[in-house]
Parts: sequence; structure tokens; C-alpha cells
Amino acid sequence: MSLEGAASKLQDQFQIVQRTDFRGEITLELALGHIEEACKFAKEQLGFNFLSDLSSVDNYGDEPRFEVVYELYSLDSNIHLRLKTRVSEDHLEAPSVAHLWATANWHEREVYDMMGIRFSGHPDLRRIIMWEGYPYHPLRKDFPLEGKPSEMPDVAFSQTAPLAGGPFVTLPSPGHIEDREPRARHAEEL
Amino acid sequence: MVTTAPAAYDSKVEGNIIFSRLDACINWMRKNSLWPMPMGLACCAIEMMAAACARYDIARFGAEVMRFSPRQSDVMIVAGTVTYKMALAVKRIYDQMPEPKWVIAMGACASSGGMYRSYAVLQGIDHLLPVDVYISGCPPRPEALLEGLMKLQRKIELEKSLTDQKKELLEVYS
Repeated sequence: MSLEGAASKLQDQFQIVQRTDFRGEITLELALGHIEEACKFAKEQLGFNFLSDLSSVDNYGDEPRFEVVYELYSLDSNIHLRLKTRVSEDHLEAPSVAHLWATANWHEREVYDMMGIRFSGHPDLRRIIMWEGYPYHPLRKDFPLEGKPSEMPDVAFSQTAPLAGGPFVTLPSPGHIEDREPRARHAEEL
Repeated sequence: MVTTAPAAYDSKVEGNIIFSRLDACINWMRKNSLWPMPMGLACCAIEMMAAACARYDIARFGAEVMRFSPRQSDVMIVAGTVTYKMALAVKRIYDQMPEPKWVIAMGACASSGGMYRSYAVLQGIDHLLPVDVYISGCPPRPEALLEGLMKLQRKIELEKSLTDQKKELLEVYS
């Protein structure tokens, strides 16, 4: 099956919010309520037997704020299709697809850990990278790179990293180290 | 320090007695059999393994016995990025090492957090452990680890082992 054929079959079957064609890749955005059914259809009817990634995007300031992105791949037809759905900050919950592709289990745990989107029906929704009890979701746009202090006695703690105004940059020059390695530098200085 | 001059008080053992300070002997023994606790957390650990292999051969300095049990080790080589998730585990392992014990912070990450100025990485293991030697590099070459080890040996040579660490023993025999 061709990618175009698979995409049009999905479009016939489900209501598509938006279709994006870019450099041979097709992205279909679906409503949150349809995404689980669409994934099931894509796997069972269209042969997308491999979920190569499941990730999330924080469009801070937009409504709905978050996106969950499903990268589907068919190992038989060698085609790649991207599905997307939007999740509102007020109701941070998406359906789990771990029952369709086992690999979604850990990917969804990562999305939950980093973005705070919960997956309903997930068999084991715990944090996967940060420790259980860490109070923040660090990949969100409103979370500072230097982190926030936290404390879990006997488990872990975190502190604020000294960014001193910006990410670490350096320029080769014979000047003093304070001039060569300021902690923040504007683009026009580079 | 070492002399083979005849001991005047007993001619029977002449030539077989070495006079030295007890401190010097203790330190000499300690510094030449530093058993490392290899706290390998990132790519620095690969260089540490290279230092243990034939080409660099950390055994020349008596530190080839990598103990994966903290209870048998003398020096913890913190080789790599210490994340906050790992930090207290490193501390717990350090706490299980018997005294006297030393810490080498190997590489930029263990020394200062390195390039990871981020929410997830402890900004230097010295926030938790008393570090004796810092080794620069990202990762440091095996020679740098050997140099750090030699620096630690110099440091041990200068310790007052008896007066500082064996106070109770001194009180019994004085």
C-alpha cells in the first residue's frame, strides 16, 4: 500500500482536522476522541505494524496547548505516516495505545514524565526518567532550563543550576577568561 | 627515609632493620595499594577502563584492583555525569566505604556538572562528597587519570595518618 493510499483510507474513515503534506511526509491531525480508533485502524487495516516513536509538543501559549505525535511505520510497505492530536491543558489526558503497540508503554511514560500528559488505560503509568515524586514536568516550555529545587528525602533532591544569565558559550581570543567565557552572549556579538 | 645502616643496639640483626616513621610506612602502604571503587556513570568510565588495560596499566600504581564492592575499596573514582537521580546512590555507596577513603572526581561532569547546566544534573560531586583530586577533561585521557592518581598518592604521603586517624591507638600506647 502506498502512503497516499493509506492516508486517503484514513481520511475516508475518520474526520481529519488537518492534513499537512511536506517533503513527501503526510501528517494527519485528528480530534482527541478519534485518535485511538484511528491508530487501531491504521494498525489492523493499513498494516502500520510498527510505532517508531510517540512524542509530544508543548505549544506554550496556544490552546489546546499540547500535541501528542504518533509516528507510524509499516515494515511491509515501508511507508511512514504521522498522526497528531491536540490535548488541552485543562484536561491533560490522552488515550493509551500501549495495547496496540507494546513500545508505546515506555514512550507514553516518557511523555507523562516530561510533559505531564496522562494516558488513560496505560498499564503502568509511572515516571520513566525523573524519579517518582519529582514535582515538575521539565520539558514544558515554562520550566526553566536551570531547574527548580525539590526534595524527596532518601530518594533524590534537585537544585538550581548556575546559568548566570544564559547558556554557556565561549569565543577563542587572547582576552581575560571573563571576556572569553561570559555566561550570556547576544547573537550580534558572535 | 629508608636506610640499611647497621642497627647499633643488636648486632645479630645488623643490616635487616629499616628505620622510618610509622606515618611514612602507613602512607607508603596505603598509597601503593589504592583499591578503586569504579563509580562509572558515563563516557569517563570508558577511559577509566582503558587506564586499567594493558596499554596504560593502572596496576603500575597499585590501583588495578577495581572493587565493585564499596566495602573493599579505598578510593572512589567518580567517572561521569552525576544526575540528581543517581546522586544519593553515589553518596550511599561512598558511605559504605571503610575509612580511610578518598574521592577522585574524574572529568568535567563529576567536577562541576560539565556541559550539563541543566535541571537533571548535580553540579559537581563535591556538593555531596569530599573530593581529593579533580581531573579536567571531557573525558580525560587515561594519562590524566594516572596523573590524578599520582597526585592523590602525593597527597596521601603527606597525611598524618597516626596522629589524625589513630588517636585512640596512640592514647592506649602512650
